Amino acid sequence: MTLEGWMLIVGFTGLVALLARPVGLYLDAVYAGRATWLRPVLGPVESLLYGAAGVRPEQEQDWKGYALAIVGFSLLCTLALFALLRLQGVLPLNPQGFAGVAPNIAMNTAVSFVTNTNWQAYAGEGAMSHLSQMAGLTVQNFVSAAVGMAVAVAFARGFSRRSAQTIGNFWVDMTRSILYILLPVSLVLAVLFVALGMPQTLASSLQATTLEGQAQDIAIGPVASQVAIKMLGTNGGGFFNANAAHPFENTGPLVNLVQMLSIFAIGAGMTIMFGRMVGSERHGWALLAAMGALFLIGTGVAYWAEAQATPALIAAGVDPGAANMEGKEVRFGVSASALFAAVTTAASCGAVNAMHDSFSALGGMIPLVNILAGEVIVGGVGAGFYGILVFAILAVFVAGLMVGRTPAYLGKKIEARDVKLAVLAILAAPLAILLGTAFAAATEVGRAGVLNAGPHGFSEILYAFASAAGNNGSAFAGLTATSDFYTYAQAAAMLAGRFLIIIPALAIAGNLAAKPTAPASAGTFPTSGPLFVGLLAFIILIVGALTFFPALALGPLAEATAGVLY
Amino acid sequence: MSEKTKPASLFDAAILRAAARDAFAKLSPLSMWRNPVMFATELVALYVTVLFARDVLAGDGDMGFAGQIALWLWATVWFAAFAEAVAEGRGKAQAASLRRARSELTARRMVDGKPQAPIAASDLKIDDLLEVVAGELIPADGEVVEGVATVDESAITGESAPVIREAGGDRSAVTAGTRVLSDRIVVRVTAAQGATFLDRMIALVEGASRKKTPNEIALSVLLAGLSLIFVMAVATVPAFAVYAEGQASVVALAALFVALIPTTIGGLLSAIGIAGMDRLVRFNVLATSGRAVEAAGDVDVLLLDKTGTITLGDRQAVAFIPAPGVSEHDLADAAQLASLSDETPEGRSIVVLAKERFGMRGREMAPTHARFVPFTAQTRMSGVDVDGASIRKGAVDSVLAFVRARNGGANVPAEVRRAAEGIAREGGTPLAVARDGQVLGVVHLKDVVKGGVKERFAELRRMGIRTVMITGDNALTAAAIAAEAGVDDFLSEARPEDKLALIRKEQGEGRLVAMCGDGTNDAPALAQADVGVAMQTGTPAAREAGNMVDLDSDPTKLIEIVSIGKQLLMTRGSLTTFSIANDVAKYFAIIPALFVVLYPGLGALNIMGLASPESAILSAIIFNAIIIPLLIPLALRGVTWRAAPAEQLLARNLSIYGVGGLIAPFIGIKLIDVLVSSFHLV
Repeated sequence: MTLEGWMLIVGFTGLVALLARPVGLYLDAVYAGRATWLRPVLGPVESLLYGAAGVRPEQEQDWKGYALAIVGFSLLCTLALFALLRLQGVLPLNPQGFAGVAPNIAMNTAVSFVTNTNWQAYAGEGAMSHLSQMAGLTVQNFVSAAVGMAVAVAFARGFSRRSAQTIGNFWVDMTRSILYILLPVSLVLAVLFVALGMPQTLASSLQATTLEGQAQDIAIGPVASQVAIKMLGTNGGGFFNANAAHPFENTGPLVNLVQMLSIFAIGAGMTIMFGRMVGSERHGWALLAAMGALFLIGTGVAYWAEAQATPALIAAGVDPGAANMEGKEVRFGVSASALFAAVTTAASCGAVNAMHDSFSALGGMIPLVNILAGEVIVGGVGAGFYGILVFAILAVFVAGLMVGRTPAYLGKKIEARDVKLAVLAILAAPLAILLGTAFAAATEVGRAGVLNAGPHGFSEILYAFASAAGNNGSAFAGLTATSDFYTYAQAAAMLAGRFLIIIPALAIAGNLAAKPTAPASAGTFPTSGPLFVGLLAFIILIVGALTFFPALALGPLAEATAGVLY
Repeated sequence: MSEKTKPASLFDAAILRAAARDAFAKLSPLSMWRNPVMFATELVALYVTVLFARDVLAGDGDMGFAGQIALWLWATVWFAAFAEAVAEGRGKAQAASLRRARSELTARRMVDGKPQAPIAASDLKIDDLLEVVAGELIPADGEVVEGVATVDESAITGESAPVIREAGGDRSAVTAGTRVLSDRIVVRVTAAQGATFLDRMIALVEGASRKKTPNEIALSVLLAGLSLIFVMAVATVPAFAVYAEGQASVVALAALFVALIPTTIGGLLSAIGIAGMDRLVRFNVLATSGRAVEAAGDVDVLLLDKTGTITLGDRQAVAFIPAPGVSEHDLADAAQLASLSDETPEGRSIVVLAKERFGMRGREMAPTHARFVPFTAQTRMSGVDVDGASIRKGAVDSVLAFVRARNGGANVPAEVRRAAEGIAREGGTPLAVARDGQVLGVVHLKDVVKGGVKERFAELRRMGIRTVMITGDNALTAAAIAAEAGVDDFLSEARPEDKLALIRKEQGEGRLVAMCGDGTNDAPALAQADVGVAMQTGTPAAREAGNMVDLDSDPTKLIEIVSIGKQLLMTRGSLTTFSIANDVAKYFAIIPALFVVLYPGLGALNIMGLASPESAILSAIIFNAIIIPLLIPLALRGVTWRAAPAEQLLARNLSIYGVGGLIAPFIGIKLIDVLVSSFHLV
């Protein structure tokens, strides 16, 4: 560990905190339909879109209408993407002449991109035509992120409204997410990335002469545009199979930093947006602080673990103080790799700049725990925010009683129905992860895909299902997930992890919006102080830990305590 | 005369014996399924018992371990049932004595104004008229329609001082089982048999009509949800073990599951609720539902009647303000003389004040020397004619008119008028005193705020509860008293409909309102309030409208009612937190024990250094079981409560029950493990 490494981690966290407020204020203005500096330009476009689609923006939906719109829209997107991938062989913009994607992979990919997971059961540059990348995957990068943001805003309205029947209009929230936030920021990011050396072309490959004098085809393409939204929308699906470890997809330290910041930007901003919406910015900061605390702890452990040589290396006579560089880009080194791993798993992004599979047992456990904790440490755009709010509701319910009142969060009483829905939302991920892992671990079809023996192989399976159900999309690697079993099981996990949380979350929003808001007093459970921040972080950890402790014991902990590198 | 049993102590031997017996009956799955966590525990206990029986029949080696686990799992379920039975037991003892009071009742119905031969009270119908004379028990709830009597209500209230019950007005309600001590009254029956106050009280203290409260339901949902998560966490372990090419012991997994699900709070949840109601009952307040007790904890605004709650209800003399040229001593002397025969509280307070200030003894005056002039509504003055002088005290205008009539219409000093106005402005009542044609000054009569209420209100404010004083006084007077008593707000010149409107307004803004009242015209407000405490002395209408009845008819009790509600919720929250925090240690006990055969390295997680895998699992399950009876006193008594802002309460309870809940089981399991291994139980 070096001072420089720690400064990177702490400095990055500080930058995110600096970024959160301006982003939050902007998001708040966009969703409230207030004037922003982009409005004069994009306002007419927005109206035009509503006119063309027959959407009446002032007509709001109740939670059922909102949820129905999301489920219907997502279903349609899945089918369209599936069709596109199957048919890419006969469609234009296919310079490499790729054939249609196999049915199980196409289905897995369609679900994966629509659920904002972006788990890739294929190698990007070797399977997808430019049309599939641009009209299929990139489009979903935008809309799946926008769906998550819309749910987050609708959820926030559940708290900010009093005695209301509606929680907003999904079509408006989604359109605004794309038009005012994702598109313009991606554009700026893409241009920045191009300026920093990232390829952006429709050509498929570059001819290069190697040192041995031989000709080599190097895959290129519209990289910068996809990378911009892949980070901003916490999609994580790389243009190249090597994802952000690829020199064209992550051209240097500055791009690496900007990419990490763009992963966290919207998720962090949403907490402040929430604070503004409910009329108490402090509440937004409290949520962000809980995220920040968990993030720093996890990242610190990962950095510490990766800065040690692995037992196998020590046994081979390597200096124990040497870092674990297996599977890491030398350009980034230990701290930037550990930080990136923590960021991408905390935020449900799934882009990787190092192979998590090659992390040490404990170092690799951190990304896993980040995902298992529910993807709420900043989290996926929107998804992380409504995720942490569900935890906040539970934390308030358990601890709120201790001040001698019916628990209330932001003046909204937390009652049986809210608890029931919050429990449902929290059950979804463990259900998908534990059942999926159990089935894979106990069956031949499941174990067939595992690369490593022993607990490390178990971690690979656990990570795969965690990544799918958490809509993360990063791979521990090592696991061959292209079999029928894995593609379908993973798709099921992704759907469960997405919609079994979104639907209860919207139901909570509808329920809360309909309640009156009680004014705060000295007797109200304090939900914006350091005590609550600690409590929330603890509840997130303990729920995650209690649920997955047996699984973690048999995976990373068994590996770590055995002191053996598999 | 009173048959009311003394509040049973926390662990009365008779109650404990009965509870131990009742707990076995409660083990029936039919009654257990209402509690999902304990029901799951019972199923697991049954399963492990079956495994144990199979092992015994097969003569397997490890059966002692399975047998002990089964035993402790059953103990866990029984302890939970026992906790509930103990909580109910205290109510049952009270109900039994109330029932005795009911069974002896007979009634004499009035037909055409003549009492008939006695019949059993159970044959009475609503609107029957009954005659009750001194020495008889009132056979039914009703309203006095004729006569006035003193009634001993100690059977219900525990209060031995008799109360007056009379036809008309707000003191007309009588309760079955109370005894008429003097005179004769005619009572109209207002409650059908089986629905009388006594019946309701028996049902309440017995917990027969107990329904889960909203918060209890919400908490049960959470506990069931947590149990479901642990079903998944534990049920998937065998599959994981297959991957590790090993096996997980089914008995150990069953133990792990029960250790993880929140059995502590699950087992004590209903006991906490019953005990909360019971605390209220022993505090002589009857709540019609647990929901009302919970609502009391949530109250944001207290509406308090000024008279009797905030002030003593009588105006008291606090100062003598003499007119120019008159000494204060003279004024006091004259005022005392004028008040000697005045038996009103105001008059007596003047005598007392003069004595305190100037050491004037109350003088006995021979009636030949003095002629007392009593107060009348026409003169609005009272006084005395003594030794040829006429001394008068009374309303300022009347006394000044009296003076002018005596001195030929000369002007009265402006200072006197100013002093009178000043007193009125401060919320007091000025009383002018004159001797013949001379105004001596004014006496300041004041509505005296009860001692200690200011501190109580400050306490409430710290808890975030706003107090609003309701009074018929004008705004000026009300403001002065409000400021002195330290209430947050006041409603002056309040009519019943104003009270109702105020409650609606506060509720519209999302606040919960508590109030107490006794009159029929309070009934709408009592019904509207979230917590409406009717006075036992109040009218039947008021008692029907409220959701609590205060048997002592003491309006200041609202404050204690709120704290009992808060304590109930806090106890629930604290034990839930404790229960969940316990799981960390249990994991560290059981997980290494379970998996060390698969991966020996996982022995490193055995941070407590427990003797063997079997002793670790057994110790965790023993801890899990005995923590329930150890916490029964806390569940019944409630966690310590004091008036403090929520922030402080949270910090305190979180450190005791959260951090304590993390640490305690590490110590407890280790100690049990030492015992288990030293007795070679495994």
